[in-house]
Amino acid sequence: MLSTIYRLAAPRRFEKVLVDEPLPGDKILVRPTYLSICMADQRYFLGTRDPKVLEKKLPMALVHEGTGVIQYDPHGELTPGTPVLMVPNNPTEEDPVRAENYLRSSTFAGSSEDGFLQELVRLSPHRIVPIEHGEVSGETAAFTELVSVSMHAISRFLETAHTDRRRIGIWGDGNLGYIVSLLLTRLLPDSEIVVFGRSREKLENFTFAAATYLTDDIPAGFQLDHGFECAGGNGSADAIAQFISLVRPEGTLMLMGVSEYSQPVETRMVLEKGLRLVGSSRSGRQDFENVLALYRDHPEAVRYLSRLVNGVYDIHNVDDITNCFEMDSHPHFGKSILKMSNRD
Amino acid sequence: MKYYAVILAGGVGKRMGNVGKPKQYLQLGSKPIIAHTVEKFAIHPGFERVLVLTPAEWVENTKDMLRKSVGESDHVVVTAGGEQRNDTVMAAIDWIEQNDGIDEETVIVTHDAVRPFISERIIEDNIAAMKDYDACDTVVPSADTIVVSNDGDEITTIPDRKTMFRGQTPQSFKALKLRELYNSLSQKDKEWLPDACSIFTMRDIPVKLVAGEEENIKVTYPADLRMAQALIAE
Repeated sequence: MLSTIYRLAAPRRFEKVLVDEPLPGDKILVRPTYLSICMADQRYFLGTRDPKVLEKKLPMALVHEGTGVIQYDPHGELTPGTPVLMVPNNPTEEDPVRAENYLRSSTFAGSSEDGFLQELVRLSPHRIVPIEHGEVSGETAAFTELVSVSMHAISRFLETAHTDRRRIGIWGDGNLGYIVSLLLTRLLPDSEIVVFGRSREKLENFTFAAATYLTDDIPAGFQLDHGFECAGGNGSADAIAQFISLVRPEGTLMLMGVSEYSQPVETRMVLEKGLRLVGSSRSGRQDFENVLALYRDHPEAVRYLSRLVNGVYDIHNVDDITNCFEMDSHPHFGKSILKMSNRD
Repeated sequence: MKYYAVILAGGVGKRMGNVGKPKQYLQLGSKPIIAHTVEKFAIHPGFERVLVLTPAEWVENTKDMLRKSVGESDHVVVTAGGEQRNDTVMAAIDWIEQNDGIDEETVIVTHDAVRPFISERIIEDNIAAMKDYDACDTVVPSADTIVVSNDGDEITTIPDRKTMFRGQTPQSFKALKLRELYNSLSQKDKEWLPDACSIFTMRDIPVKLVAGEEENIKVTYPADLRMAQALIAE
């Protein structure tokens, strides 16, 4: 079958290519409906990744956050038209101990395989999670992957961190910080969730948090029990340093922000306080299912998340994709959504 | 409303003087052109069936080819078409009537077997247009200036390019309406008929335009096949 893929050929240049692939034997064909742009996509689009990485990975279809509808299920189990979430992580083996998103053998949409910017995406049944009608709008469901990444980190936190969880701090006033802190307020209602950021304007969005602080204006003697680093980039080092100084002994910091470069860590105080720094990245199918369960149990969380929809762009052709990425590249709070034309 | 995909692959071999295989059976990438085309419709959930109309002598070979690509099922039916394009379309309508039953709301989405680059979007837009119209036609704006010459020697007129479009397929029709209008034509009109959509425009019945795509090319000449090969990545 001939189908269309929208690949990034070089920074800032998408191209429409037709590929000849056999009809999927055991794979399900999903037609993308709403896609969402992630910072990782922007790093490819803007060409801010290492040139060697760009050379190795491009051309490649971007985007690993999105919804679709079932087009064709060779097993006949999923009815055509069923709205689904697409899971970007593609495990190729099972491991009794390690999560699927950490296996080095796994591939990932928009990173080590083509992403979801395609006419039809072929996925194994494991990578498809049906959404119940009316649970969440398409625009909001589009970035469920980012919510699942937050859910995954919180699950790891709950397995790792000691149980004195009176006050938890989140560093980062962007989309990831918003989602992590929102989820924590729902999942740990007895904990005091406080958010640290650099923009007063952005912090005002965190109305559900117990308190928000500018990172250079924290009350003297302020302490907390655990933290989530959602800053990334060059902000990671400052966030980690501030956590180390504010945290009570034996606290856990979940590292979630991506940095292109190494970040310095004051290991002396990590040792002295007996801290745990836990990396967390991406997510697996179970995390998606946990997010949908949270949506059912906390419909108000869906409304908070819908505030993150910053712009919805109708996509009819390659130029529309480029324009959407250009608009998204300017600093803003929230997510840019690609509404794939005629895909409702 | 019931939709049938009708893949037109009938009569071509004879009309071309039967030099070798009809174009739809030439290999494009991994399989014959017609298999690519049929697959795109076979995986689309909007159709009751996909009818493939071929020259009578190609019916069995076509079944074999499609069995290898879309598998064995009664969802894809291969049957013989007619002498001319419109005869083939009428054969499809007759087949539906005899096997599944037909009513005013039955729609046929007709498509050239030799246009394998058909996109899901175009199919969807055809289906959507037929909710409000009796017929629709897939077209692209004309990039070239169109020149009209009545005698083929001198220019008669040059129409405004903005009003000119090139016809592609699918063309979709309310099946019974199409047959009724076609049967009411004189033999002379049937022979003159440049296109199935003109049956509707002759009677002032609106035909909706659906946006086509430049890639939705028709593989007619050897050069087209080379271009089609070049369009496929990897």
